[in-house]
Amino acid sequence: MEAAGRTVLVRPDHDLFTRGNQVTASDPVAARADDVWKVYGSGEAEVIALRGVSVTFQRGVFTAIMGPSGSGKSTLMHCLAGLDSVTRGEVHIGETRVTGLGDAGLTKLRRDKVGFIFQQFNLLPTLSAKENILLPLSIAGRKPDDAWFDTVIKTVALQDRLGHRPAQLSGGQQQRVACARALVARPEVIFADEPTGNLDSKSGADVLGFLRDSVKTYGQTIVMVTHDPVAASYADRVIFLADGAVVDELHSPTPDMVLDRMKKLDAPAEVTR
Amino acid sequence: MLRATLKSLLARKVRLVLSGLAVVLGVMFVAGSFVLTDTLSRSFDSIFSDVYSQTDVTVAGKAKVEIDELDGEPVPSNIPQSAITTVSALPGVAQARGVIAADGATMIGSNGKAVGSFGPPQLGENWMGENELTQLREGRGPTADDEIAVNVGLATAGKVKVGDQVGVLTLDAKQRMFTIVGTFGYSGDRDSLGGVNEVAFTEPVAQRLMLGEPGVFSSIDVRATDGTSPEALKQQVASALGADYTVRTGTEAAADDAQGLKSALGFFNNILLGFAGVALFVGIFLIINTFSIVVAQRTKELALLRAIGAGRRQVIGSVLTEAVIVGTIASVIGLGAGIGVGALLAFLASKFSGGLALAGLGVPPIAIIASFVVGLVVTVIAAVMPALRASRIPPIAAMADVATPDRPLTKITWIGGVLTAIALALLGVGLYADGGIMLVAGGVLLTFIGVALLTPVLSRPVVGLLGRIFSWSVPGKLGRLNSGRNPRRTAITAAALMVGIALVTGVGVIVSSAKTSIAGAVESVDAQLIIQGTQTGPRAPTFAPAVVDQAKAVPGVRDVVGVASDLATVDGEQQFVTSVTDAAPIPGIYGSTAVAGSISSQGPDQVIVNADAAKEHNWSVGSVLTVQLTRGAEHRYTVSGIAPTDKSIGEIMLPAAAMAEFTQPALSLGFVRLDEGTAVASVQPKIEALVADNPLVSVIDQDTFTQQQSGMLDQVLVMIQILLALAILIAVLGIINTLALSVMERTRELGLLRAIGLGRAATMRMITVEAVVISVFGALLGVVVGTGLGAAVVRALRDEGFTDLTLPWSTIVLYLGVAALVGVVAAILPSIRAARLNVLGAIAHE
Repeated sequence: MEAAGRTVLVRPDHDLFTRGNQVTASDPVAARADDVWKVYGSGEAEVIALRGVSVTFQRGVFTAIMGPSGSGKSTLMHCLAGLDSVTRGEVHIGETRVTGLGDAGLTKLRRDKVGFIFQQFNLLPTLSAKENILLPLSIAGRKPDDAWFDTVIKTVALQDRLGHRPAQLSGGQQQRVACARALVARPEVIFADEPTGNLDSKSGADVLGFLRDSVKTYGQTIVMVTHDPVAASYADRVIFLADGAVVDELHSPTPDMVLDRMKKLDAPAEVTR
Repeated sequence: MLRATLKSLLARKVRLVLSGLAVVLGVMFVAGSFVLTDTLSRSFDSIFSDVYSQTDVTVAGKAKVEIDELDGEPVPSNIPQSAITTVSALPGVAQARGVIAADGATMIGSNGKAVGSFGPPQLGENWMGENELTQLREGRGPTADDEIAVNVGLATAGKVKVGDQVGVLTLDAKQRMFTIVGTFGYSGDRDSLGGVNEVAFTEPVAQRLMLGEPGVFSSIDVRATDGTSPEALKQQVASALGADYTVRTGTEAAADDAQGLKSALGFFNNILLGFAGVALFVGIFLIINTFSIVVAQRTKELALLRAIGAGRRQVIGSVLTEAVIVGTIASVIGLGAGIGVGALLAFLASKFSGGLALAGLGVPPIAIIASFVVGLVVTVIAAVMPALRASRIPPIAAMADVATPDRPLTKITWIGGVLTAIALALLGVGLYADGGIMLVAGGVLLTFIGVALLTPVLSRPVVGLLGRIFSWSVPGKLGRLNSGRNPRRTAITAAALMVGIALVTGVGVIVSSAKTSIAGAVESVDAQLIIQGTQTGPRAPTFAPAVVDQAKAVPGVRDVVGVASDLATVDGEQQFVTSVTDAAPIPGIYGSTAVAGSISSQGPDQVIVNADAAKEHNWSVGSVLTVQLTRGAEHRYTVSGIAPTDKSIGEIMLPAAAMAEFTQPALSLGFVRLDEGTAVASVQPKIEALVADNPLVSVIDQDTFTQQQSGMLDQVLVMIQILLALAILIAVLGIINTLALSVMERTRELGLLRAIGLGRAATMRMITVEAVVISVFGALLGVVVGTGLGAAVVRALRDEGFTDLTLPWSTIVLYLGVAALVGVVAAILPSIRAARLNVLGAIAHE
């Protein structure tokens, strides 16, 4: 499956089903993009960010999206998460067709089916850690599942930090709060945008480890955009983007394998320059 | 450096527009009041120069009672025919004519109601024929005793025409019937001179009805022969007549008469400027806030400037330059708007006063100077503190993402506490030790500043508490937390609203206390019916003293007392005096007993004073008072009794005979005490019948009387509320400003909230709660401070008849409600902006 070249369609990797995750065979797809185009501007200023990307994300899989700057990886994530609209093509989250939803529909989608972890500014400074974690549930007016909450808190090791305000937490702790917030609502899929970009390597490793565990242990689906090969190596699967198209894919990657692929991707770009 | 300043100014247009708007509104008020008074005073000038255009020299009798400009017009002594003969005989005199013109001729219109006036006099005069100024429009001048001519303005207002029979009320408050034989107007096709109503009688009738004696005049109009200058003639006339007369040239008289009105206008101008001052004071809060926030947002930029070598002074200069630019632009716009407002108000004033011909709109230099001085000074003063803060930003802030930590509030709390304490001391001295109005005003101002400085400390607990109301929903809770986030900013925004609300609440407390005090005082009087006029002009309507005797004869009536009042000179000082038809029933009606002497009878040479006046002037039973009334010679009265202050009719009560020498020798108030068990409703129509010929006077029961008195106070309150609405409007701008900035600052945060599923409506709700919490907090502060100030004033005036302290709860609740509404309104634009944020753009926002 390696060296797929500029394969447009990436096929699901079936052996992931055997990893013991809580995946229902009936609908194994957590999120899906079908021939997604994204064009900014028009005329001379036209920029094509995505050129017909089709990609499927299975339930219970930790996928990393990689690519050089300007490859469209962030745009793809934003489109998948319903933060940005697509110019052409369709996006689904679970069974919901994201494309064409209005603001109310998108809000509901984000509230009920999607979790986010951003690179920075992840938390509301006025709320305590616990309040931040429970915020999506409060907004949705849902009761937290106490057992699940305790489990999540234990996993992220924040038991004794719950009453603190974000300003009283370290960067790593803040990001773990953000992870807990994304997880506690048990969304269909969590999108993480460079979650370790602002962290030192130790804290970054903690967060990544936690994300991986949540996939392994609880069957959470995570899509993470990163440019860090080490971060990508925590994922089950890595998708490589270049010039707005999926160009490659790796399974069970190691940092070296990822780095190797990235170098190859950068090379032709330099030639064309 | 200037370039950098300008660039950053342009980048933050909206914020500066909002803070500039506060200055614009304040400057508009200032410029508008100057333009208004200038236009009106030049209009008065032109009227009076018209009035005296036919006069070279005018002679008037010296007024017997000097009256302060603001208390009313002095009434000149009457001039006998002999004086005219003397003047006529002088060389250089072409013609000397006796003029009769006195205020107090009220015509009853065709609808049976008196034609009132809102300020200009209602002159009763002798018909002197046509001249260049006065021209007959229809009919002829009066020749018989029952004929009159009226000016067209009055005829139009009363809907009467030539040939109609109309009633006219004059000095003695009796209605007489006349036939209108002519209407007249003035050169330039004017129907009235500045809204003055004129009724022209024949000379003998005018003398009897307007001056009270035959063969006398109110002034002499002298024309010089060709070749004699008015100045020279003036000297001649003055030396011929002696010291009892005031002799002026026509030009001097026009200037003098105009001056009287201008002084009143000046007083009005000062009131307007006072409100402008309040508006600008509130504006300062808004500007301080805007500049502070701007500086906070520019931290990195300013630090970068420091890092590349800009000095602290340059940073201060940069912020102050911004202030000067904003102040200048705002002043220009405010001046322009003020000219418009002044023109509009002048137009309304001319309409309202019944057709004052306006002189062209003028913009006096003082308006321009004041606009710029006020606009610039206010803006720059407000920007000084933020500028100093900006200069303390360390260059390192450019590199690091320094979250400027909230500086501790200890220092400003201390300053605020000390200022408040000083303010209270000033108020104490001003109110209780008669320290004067300036001390009180200073105290109030300082109270506002002091409390404003204490507000940040108060905001934590109070905002927290207020916010609990909204905490049932997630957006509500977030809004509450946001409003408590920056105590300084919340505090200063709320403090701006506090000022306006505190002032209206303070006045409200005084008014409601006055109302209860009046009601209490009225109830304590054993008079079931009150005869009283509805005031429609500068003078209180009166009724004939004979009504009192007729009323006494009505079955069921036990006692009647009629009261007349006037200004007089008592022992050389201007004093308010009263005269009653009979002193005997007063102790019974008031339930009062004498402090000293006797108050139940009064001889023709005796005066009854109240305890306060006695104390102030050191009078005791047996003291002799020298009294000069409007007419007649000086009298000497002996104090025969001292009445308790709160149960007396005025400070100085003269005997019944004195009434004849009052400006209006008639009664303005009557108390009717009924026999016990007599139904008020059975007597009321009979008394009403006695005053039926005077549509200005009515007979009312105690409740109606109280309501009328309260109604007047309510009008004052409404006026003040309207004028202070401007200050409150500026405070609203402040809330909008603060919210808009919060939304901008928290763009990422909003993006995050939207990303994790907060809907648009919920986002708007969150911003609205923040606004409502801030505005209700401000209103609450205002209500507390205002109630305190109002209560202090009421307590201080206890001896002046403020016996009760009543809080206007319903208005207070209303103000809080309005404040909540204000919050909702202020939140509209910022919340729409927040809800429309592009989620993705917000998250990526730098």
